[in-house]
Amino acid sequence: MRSSASILAGSIACVALFSAARAELTIEITEGVTDPIPIAIVPFGWAGIGKAPFDVAELLARDLRSSGRFTPMARADMIELPTRGEDVELDDWRLLRNDFVVVGQLQPGAEGRYTIQFELINVLNGQKLLNYQQPATTATLRAASHRVADLLFEKLTGIRGAFATRIAYVAVEGQVPNRRFQLIVADADGENPRVAAESTEPLMSPAWSPDGQTLAYVSFESRVASIYTQYLRTGERRRVSARAGINGAPAWSPDAQRLALTLSRKDGNLDIYVLGLGEQVLTRITDDNGIDTEPVWSPDGKSLYFTSDRSGNPQIYRVGLAPGDRPQRVTFEGTYNARPRLSPDGSTLAMVTLDQGAYRIGVLDLNSGSARVLTEGRLDESPSFAPNGAVLIYGTQDRGRGVLATVSVDGSVQQRLAAEHGDIREPVWAPFPTP
Amino acid sequence: MRKVLLIALLASAFTLTGCPKPETVKETPSAPPADSSAQSPVESTETGEGERLDAREQARRRAMAQRVIYFDFDNADIRPEYREVLANHAQYAATNPSMKVRLEGHADERGSREYNIGLGERRAQAVRRALMLQGTGDAQLVTVSYGEERPAESGSDEAAWAKNRRVELVYGN
Repeated sequence: MRSSASILAGSIACVALFSAARAELTIEITEGVTDPIPIAIVPFGWAGIGKAPFDVAELLARDLRSSGRFTPMARADMIELPTRGEDVELDDWRLLRNDFVVVGQLQPGAEGRYTIQFELINVLNGQKLLNYQQPATTATLRAASHRVADLLFEKLTGIRGAFATRIAYVAVEGQVPNRRFQLIVADADGENPRVAAESTEPLMSPAWSPDGQTLAYVSFESRVASIYTQYLRTGERRRVSARAGINGAPAWSPDAQRLALTLSRKDGNLDIYVLGLGEQVLTRITDDNGIDTEPVWSPDGKSLYFTSDRSGNPQIYRVGLAPGDRPQRVTFEGTYNARPRLSPDGSTLAMVTLDQGAYRIGVLDLNSGSARVLTEGRLDESPSFAPNGAVLIYGTQDRGRGVLATVSVDGSVQQRLAAEHGDIREPVWAPFPTP
Repeated sequence: MRKVLLIALLASAFTLTGCPKPETVKETPSAPPADSSAQSPVESTETGEGERLDAREQARRRAMAQRVIYFDFDNADIRPEYREVLANHAQYAATNPSMKVRLEGHADERGSREYNIGLGERRAQAVRRALMLQGTGDAQLVTVSYGEERPAESGSDEAAWAKNRRVELVYGN
């Protein structure tokens, strides 16, 4: 899969057309809500020949359990296995202390097509809360099952589910100084990891386009930092910024027409710029002797939040993009607040914050001004909101290894995703897929 | 005549200490710097004139063998102990105007990655300015910051962090 054209200056860069990655991630819930919802997800019926091609119920139970908000019942404890709503004996499930039960069937269609038929029933009052059919193909059974989990989650919590989304992250293998860097795209539960890019030089700062089809990232494959965009479906790659000095911290505008980025130019002074992707017009946004970096767009595309140490230590600032707008400081607590990320509704800022001598993930409510620290690591970094705004994924360390972790925005639910080996870091959660 | 002799002396010194030897970009860019040679004492040498190297010359060689500058936490100030080291590199580069020096700035792992790219760049620029103030040409110098992405030492303690907050001087044509 190595392309000879990308071998530059003794370093090997490789854009893999989504070859399967070796390391699969495993999820461990480290903290859940105190009173999770008991739910029974009964094994789905299969009307086809032989064994069912996919265990829908098992994936639904895994997704709901991983959210920390549900305790799906163990299969061994089920005394009957209905697959249709009318066969559900409410009293039995109530006696088994369930609040809800999910039943369904996987129905085969023509040419590798399937229908996932499912019902969600409140066993306390018998109310049928959902009765849907989700189409799928052999290739999309897993993704379609995640969408069913999304529907169940939203019905029961009022929060849009984000199980059928993807994440990107950087994986590093090998010992210093001989290491291999991979940019990986996986399902939100860590399954189906695929290598999008690979290099013996650092890869960093992946950023999703608003439609979730393209990643921007920084690669040192030519021994200096350059920004690339890569369309994931084809692997087609463009080098969009390779100016003298630093080319870093790319962030897509909400309309996908522009990238905010950090350049140092020849004088080595990091400032924020906006690059028009079509006509390559570069607009300087900040002009300060401090380090200005890590821009992120407000949802309306009219302003940027960024890190600056112009006051002597890193803090978050906001600047409007209208000519003449001057940066306004946003964070005032503590001596280190960096790498801002905005919740999808623009109401909450997540950042890396220095808390009692440790680098942790903090959130700042931009309306009330109240701030809190959500994590307990020593070297937590790179927070990224799930597209539903309910959960953050971030990088942390576990016994000297880089792992990923998630925390709900209220801090109540935490889980960890670890690779079998190597370091993984810089997770970025993709937006909801566009229909 | 004196100048020519000096250059000859310097040139032989570099050969002996394994110091600024032009290396092509194809050689491993992450090769460790020649710090270790600073420990090996410089033996007396045949310089054509049969001169013994004086203490100053030995100091110069030691300075030239040191190609990593270390920094304090969240700081890009060059510590006094490196002034002579950089003065010697600056002089060498100034007398070899075709020589290019790549200044690779690094940070320790704490905090956010892109901000650390900024810290590494600030350190590389501090070294660049120090060299230019002492006569190295702007066109000879290129800076790159790896932030925390290419640590010299793995590990999450102060000993590793101190080794990672650095600028490496990489000679090449």
